[in-house]
Amino acid sequence: MFTVQIVDGQWKDAVFACDGQESLLDAARKQGIKISFGCRGGGCGMCKVKVQAGRFERGVSSKAVLPDEERVLNYTLACKTYPRSNLCVSMEAGDT
Amino acid sequence: MMGIMRIGRAQLRVMDLDTAVDYYTNVIGLDVVGQEAGKVYLKAWDEWDHHSLILQQADSPGLDHFAFKVEKEDDLSEFEKKVEQFGCTLKRISKGARLGEGEAIRFELPTGHQVELYSEIEQLGTKVGVLNPHPWPDGLRGIAPHRLDHVLLTGEDVKTVTRFFTEALGLYQSEQVLSVDGEDMVGSFMYAANGKPHDVAFIKGPDKKLHHAAFYVEHWYDVLKAADILSKHDVTVEITPTRHAMTRGQTVYFFDPSGNRNEAFASGYITYPDFPTITWTEDKIMHGIFYHRRMLIEESYMKALT
Repeated sequence: MFTVQIVDGQWKDAVFACDGQESLLDAARKQGIKISFGCRGGGCGMCKVKVQAGRFERGVSSKAVLPDEERVLNYTLACKTYPRSNLCVSMEAGDT
Repeated sequence: MMGIMRIGRAQLRVMDLDTAVDYYTNVIGLDVVGQEAGKVYLKAWDEWDHHSLILQQADSPGLDHFAFKVEKEDDLSEFEKKVEQFGCTLKRISKGARLGEGEAIRFELPTGHQVELYSEIEQLGTKVGVLNPHPWPDGLRGIAPHRLDHVLLTGEDVKTVTRFFTEALGLYQSEQVLSVDGEDMVGSFMYAANGKPHDVAFIKGPDKKLHHAAFYVEHWYDVLKAADILSKHDVTVEITPTRHAMTRGQTVYFFDPSGNRNEAFASGYITYPDFPTITWTEDKIMHGIFYHRRMLIEESYMKALT
């Protein structure tokens, strides 16, 4: 089980657990942290966040809403993000 | 000239073809009718033509193009003139460019979407056939809609795209949404003269985007049952079953595995070319879309576009 800490925005300092099997989005919402989302399919981009620290795997995500230049900067879609270590996540950075 | 009969197909971009095919066959309940490199062709059980939906492997979701079926092959050259007179660039798509299809003309809408018109397409028929048919076939899966019903798109200039469809393509406008001062058109529903309240609709928003692709089911109960099937398959349901005042249809909205929004749409009124256009004012738009809650139920409904 990994720990995810939110570093800014409405949920600043909130901490939740994610086992790496379920997505960052599903784990957060299950624990009452309302990351905004739309399709939950990596297509619409509404749940975009930025991982400030930690490792994760990324599922299939739209290049239109998450282009390569954002991927290298660790922007990611919460619905397609699976932690592989403890994470620090910026919500505000995702509001592009 | 005979003109446009209906929306005939949509080609959707999906990010994982196998996952998409599993969803569109087992959850939506379409049948696979053919495939080629990176594309799978499907139809609904009640459709006669070869296909109505093409899934295309891509690195982002959205609508590659959608197409209207015209009654006569000769209509294509007539429409070619009208589309070019309107100022849209146009090209011919040769016969056989896609499975089962004849020649088509392709052009870009003022909103940036790609549209084709075609007449010739192979006909596969339905399992119930044309001779003393049963009302529906055995072995239906999932939601099992009758047909691809309509697409709703977003664009910056709804007024011009409406003028294009009504003046160049001969569609009719069933409903419009106007800004409160009456100056700007922010929503537009259009149909070929086939009785449906819409074959294509637009709401004001970014160009080139898909809001949803809708499949037709018959009754309010089918909408409820569609929602049951979606939950059973853990599909993201955005808007649970409710009533549109616009078109008077019943609806449930949900997302395909790549994030393209789908709708199971039931009923709706029958309309005809001599009926007046219904007007909504923008301050009542949510009353028109979600008649019971009369408010934006989910922020994603206006923001999640592909």
